[in-house]
Order: sequence, then structure tokens, then C-alpha cells
Amino acid sequence: MNFDDTPQEAAFRQTARQWVEANAPKELHAELSKSSLGRIRLAKHDIVDVGKAWQKKKFEGNWACLHWPREYGGRGATPIEKVIWQQEEGVYGKLTQPFQIGEGMCGPTVMAFGSEDAKRRYLPKLASGEEIWCQLFSEPSAGSDVAGLRTRAEKKGDNWIVNGQKIWTSGAHYSDYGLLIARTDPNVPKHKGLTMFFLDMKSPGVEVRPIKQANGMQEFNEVYFTDVVIPDSQRLGAVGEGWSVSLTTLMNERMSIGARLATGVPEMFEFCSDLMLEDGLAIDDPAVRSKLASWAAKSSGLKYTSYRTISALSKGERPGPENSIGKLVSGMMLQDIATYAMDLQGAAGVLTGNDEETVQGQFQQMLLSSPSMRIAGGTDEILRNIIAERVLGLPGDIRVDKDVPYNKIPTKGR
Amino acid sequence: MNFDFSDDQKQLRDQARKFLAEKCSPKAVRVVLDGKAPYDKELWKGLAEMGFLGVAIPEEFGGAGAGHLELCVIAEEMGRANAPVPFSSTVYLAAEALLIAGSEAQKKKWLPAIASGEAIGTLALFEGKGNPSPKNVKLTAANGVLNGVKKPIADGAVADFAVVAARTGSSGRDSDISLFLVDLKAGGVEVKSLTNLDPTRGQAEITFKDAKAEPLGAAGEGWSILSQVLDRAAVLCAFEQVGGSDRALEMGRDYALDRIAFGRQIGSFQAVKHMLADMYVSATLARSNSYYGAWALSTNAAELPEAAAAARISATQAFQHCAKNNIQVHGGMGFTWEFDCHMYYRRANAMALGLGSLSYWEDQLIDRMRKKNAA
Repeated sequence: MNFDDTPQEAAFRQTARQWVEANAPKELHAELSKSSLGRIRLAKHDIVDVGKAWQKKKFEGNWACLHWPREYGGRGATPIEKVIWQQEEGVYGKLTQPFQIGEGMCGPTVMAFGSEDAKRRYLPKLASGEEIWCQLFSEPSAGSDVAGLRTRAEKKGDNWIVNGQKIWTSGAHYSDYGLLIARTDPNVPKHKGLTMFFLDMKSPGVEVRPIKQANGMQEFNEVYFTDVVIPDSQRLGAVGEGWSVSLTTLMNERMSIGARLATGVPEMFEFCSDLMLEDGLAIDDPAVRSKLASWAAKSSGLKYTSYRTISALSKGERPGPENSIGKLVSGMMLQDIATYAMDLQGAAGVLTGNDEETVQGQFQQMLLSSPSMRIAGGTDEILRNIIAERVLGLPGDIRVDKDVPYNKIPTKGR
Repeated sequence: MNFDFSDDQKQLRDQARKFLAEKCSPKAVRVVLDGKAPYDKELWKGLAEMGFLGVAIPEEFGGAGAGHLELCVIAEEMGRANAPVPFSSTVYLAAEALLIAGSEAQKKKWLPAIASGEAIGTLALFEGKGNPSPKNVKLTAANGVLNGVKKPIADGAVADFAVVAARTGSSGRDSDISLFLVDLKAGGVEVKSLTNLDPTRGQAEITFKDAKAEPLGAAGEGWSILSQVLDRAAVLCAFEQVGGSDRALEMGRDYALDRIAFGRQIGSFQAVKHMLADMYVSATLARSNSYYGAWALSTNAAELPEAAAAARISATQAFQHCAKNNIQVHGGMGFTWEFDCHMYYRRANAMALGLGSLSYWEDQLIDRMRKKNAA
């Protein structure tokens, strides 16, 4: 048992480190090191602009989407090399936020189901950051039950005509292409009538509207489709096979191993170490210590769980299911920590401005944003279902709509 | 990075699992649970023959000379099997104290006897309520004899010798405490069994009346040695707790697959599935923290105090959580003596107190994290 690189890994790390050292936008280092929650905001720059510049540089240095094959813009790197790269890229990895959906979900789907022409045309430009991709799955009536989606695609000659609405699309407003799942046959059960496409987001009839979220920010969009034309050549997988194609996409989403999830623990530890309560420092208070210690142990548990996964990759093994707990644990912890930090602030905890008492409102912001951590990318409940069914082998839910044609499924409860 | 046990260590784990499945069935555990024997002597003998008792004891002292990582994988299996033997007292506490502080003669006397299964040892630290603290040690040592009462002492009624924490000063500092070795079969020692949460591992009260004792380690070094022993034992116990958590989770999962209610497997209800998923989460966090503890223990790393506290907290919480919800998944049947659920519930809650309670270790973790941050 050790934390050391193998000689090959060490050599790879050295190469990566030198390259980052020589090429990273160091002027952004301090700012990137600070923000740990939600979308990155930079004082003087648009994240998409600086992100594109960094991504292009990486592409030219052969470090973009490095686990992809060379002919599609990657480096042919192994999973462990990708993890090492992410470690060395460090805070600059935050600049790749606009490209993560493309790299993690859209790209792999195109790679698995696209024609050779499509792969050569789209993947290198996705890797270089020249073209940004978004994912169009969720709908207002189809979140956890995404297979219940309503957006229609109807065949007309060599084209498909799309009408409907998607929601929670990150980056739709700056994306060039989108991966879209739509219903092509409403007369068969819901999982069987879906088909996957990709489309040009500048197509006529595509309208992107930002969503004002519960935390007051605007990070996601609604996307409306009105008679949007998609050529049949932009279909991924067979007609009616969209569900199994989407599983490839989602499986890749959950493979993001190197990603360190924010837990709020370091912020809370620092806060409690400085906060003076009536009887002394918060960190000397037994009740505070007890909660803080439990959170710290959970947080280190997550860290070493990811180390176990990395070790499996290093040995060329398939990682076990343990990595599936990350978001479930960190999302709830973030919310609990925010609530407790404000409890310690007492009356001043209600303030959300630049107040000294609240350390500039960082926990208030955490509180307001944390509900999305427990919903986006699979709700806590869906994640528990996944653990129960795929890890523990418990039966799936009894699905009352399973064999019912889609257009016979009730759409309102009462 | 190779943050995992080696193939040899995993093989040892499989070997231990197979051995315990055969020699330590729930039926065998129940012999001790029902008070028909103080511990499973046959199993103890078998563990000695397998080389498990001395796995981390150097060869020169009659052990296998493997290491702490090997001991960790065995500990996990002991926890999984709910083994009714004085393993943790003898191997994690007494043997580790000897390894850290014993003289050559003391090691020669006791370690081979531990490895061969001839001697059972324990640690006599607590004196009633409270957590590990020099302040709570009242038993005195003077002129080579001990006077005072210790309780509870895990496996105290079956132990042949004890490492005893005694007061040798009154300055109010840690250096007031020294450790002693006491032969419990000699005079001046009165042992009384106490009923406790987990009858598969006994607890006792021992009264020392001018009991002959020899120093273990230098005078005044007792608390510093004890702290090291407790950290090591915290990691090793965490592996037992991880093994117990996994077993309780499996029992709950198996029952949820087997039991039909409302015309379907109860494991198809989300309320039950989510409870089991949360148990998996706790058990996984505990396992990962324990691996880190194992690494720190096996390399004698400076991180051991922090790693041990995190492993202890995580594993205590996981075992309590899994054992309690295993009963919940079983419903009424889980509350019968006949079903095995309560054996894990008892063990989980007894283990949560043995080396100091959860809140004690939470306190320790914060202190140790602060120390690291300050450095």
C-alpha cells in the first residue's frame, strides 16, 4: 500500500507538470484558487473566452481530451494518465467548465455511435474548444423520468422535424452543437420510441432562454424547438434506440473520477477556527467539534474512496462501484454545513451582503445553491436507487408505465 | 498510486474468511452469547494454529513477522464473523503495548505465548465512567505493587495478564501516568465478571490489592505509550467494524430480497432500498478511511493520529448505522433473539465505547487536525 506513482506514471506526471508550468495562465491562479462552488466567475474575464484560450493551448500541446484516440484530437492516454493530468492541471481545470459536457458526454456518444465522417469532422473541434457542445435531455415533465420526455422528432424525407422544449441545459447560450434525445414514436412504450440526434444550435427554430434559478443566478437554460430541421445523417444510433444510446452518455457522466467535489469542510473548519462565540472560539465548543469531526471524517472518506478508484485505474482494473457515493455524500453535507455555519452566526446569519460577520456571505450562498447539488446529474433519490439496484442487486421499481404505449400514459395526477 | 491491499494480503483475507466461515458460524457464536462458555476456546486455538494471533508479531518472538496490513485484513474478517474471542484485547492492545514499550525480557515472555494462543492479554485503563484521560486514572502504583479498581476491562475475566495504567505522580501532567504489567493469575488480583451489551466479548472488574507489577516502559511515559496503543487499536478495531458493517449490510440486503410483503420483495420498495443504499455509503466511507489508517499504521507515518481518529469515527458510525438499520429491514423478526441481527447491534454499540466513545474521538480528530494546520 502506497501513494507513489509507478515509474511510468511519474514520468508522465513530470511531463504534464512541466507543460502546465510553462503554459498555464498564471495571472488567474489566485482567483481560480478561491472559488470552489458552482459556476466560476472571473472579475475581468468571461470564463468562455479564457476557457477557449486554455483549451486551444492544451489541444496544441496534445493535452485536450487526452484519453481520446489521437485521430479524434486526443492523446490516446490511459485512464490513470487522465487522472494524473487532472491533478497537474489543478485549479486551471476550472477553466474547462464550458467543455466538460462535450468532453464527458457528447463526445463519447458521437465516438460510440457517429459515422467515421462525423467523428473526424466534430470531435477534434470539440477537443480544441473551437466548438462547444451541450446536452439536451431533461424536460419540464421529464427529469428523473427522462424516458418520459415529450419533444417530438418526425421524419420528413431525409430530415427530422423537431418540436418541443428542453430544460436545465448548461451552456446552451454559448454552445455550437447539442446532443438531443427526442420521441420518434409515441405509439410504443416510452423507452422504445426515442432516438438520439445532434444538431447545430444555430439552426432556425432553436430558441435559448436563460432560467432564473432559486438562488437568483442564471446558469442554465430552457431550449425551445419550433420546426427545427435535423438531417438524418445527424442521427446517432438506430431509430428507436435512443434510450440505450443515452445510457452510454450518462455512464460517461458518472465516470468523472478525478473531479473533486466541494464538501464545504475546509471552509467550515477555517470559519470555526476564527469565529469567536460568547464562551470562546467556536472550534473549542464541544457541540461544534462533534459536528465538524463527523463532516471531516466523511470528507476524508470521500477523498480516500477516490484514491481507491484511482488505484484500480493505475493497475489497469475496472474501478469498483464505490465512486458512486461521491455526489450523494457531498451534496447533503454542503447543505448541512451551510445551515450550521449560519446557525453559529446567529442573527447576522440572515444577511447576504458583503458583511464581515458572515465572512462575505459565503455560507449563505452555499445554502442557496446547495439544493441544486442534490438534484443535478441525478437526484439523491435516483443515486440511491442506482446504488441499491446496481451495487446491492436489489430489484428495480415496479414500473406501471413499462409496457404501456407512451401516448396512453397519464400525464396529470388529478 | 497503489492504495489497496496486495494480492497476498487479499489472499490472506480470503483464507481468514474461509476459516472463520467454517469455525465461527453464528451457531458457534451463540454458545458464548448464551453464556455457555466465556469465549470460544476451540476457535482461539485454531486462530493460533493459522498464525493469525501472531501475524504482526516478529518472528524472533514467535510470530509470523508479517505486518499490520496483514493484521488489518484479519481484523476485518474477525468483525465480519463476530468472533467471540479476546482477539482485540490480546492482539491490538496487549501485544501492541508490548511491541511499543516492552523490554526484551517482557517481549520474550509474553509475545510467543500470545502468538501460540497460550496467553490472553488485555488493557486495564478505565475506572468507571469517562473516556481515556490521565485525570481518570486513580489506581496507584508504588513500591512495585498496584492498588485500585479497574472497570470495565474487556476480556478481563479470561485474561492471563494485563497492561495496567497507574498513577505514579500528582503534577497534573501526562507524566503522572505509568504502565505496568500484571500477571492476573498471581496474588492480589480479584476478578469479577460484569454483564455487558455484548456477551460475546466479556467485560470484567479487577481489584488490585498490593498486586505485584513490573513497569512497562519508562516511568512517566505511560500516557504517551497508551496514546500510541490506542491509535493503533483504533485502526485495527476500525477494520473489525468495517467487517461487521459489511456483514450487517449483506444480511439486510439478503433479507430484503427474500422477504415478500404486499405481494412483492420488500427490497423493491424505495424506503427499504434507500435505507440499504445509505448503509452502503456509510460502510464505503468507513472502509476508505480505514485503508488510510492502515497505510499510516503500517508505515508508522506522522499522519497516524489523524488517520486513526478519522477511521475510528467513520467505522464506529458505519457499524452502528448498518447494525441498527439491519434490524429495521428485518422488521419484527430482527428483534427476536433467534435472528442474528442483535449480535451485530450489540457488538457495534459495545465497540463504539471500548477505546473511548465517539465524542471522545471526534474531539481528538479536531485537536489533531488543528495541530496539523498549525504546523
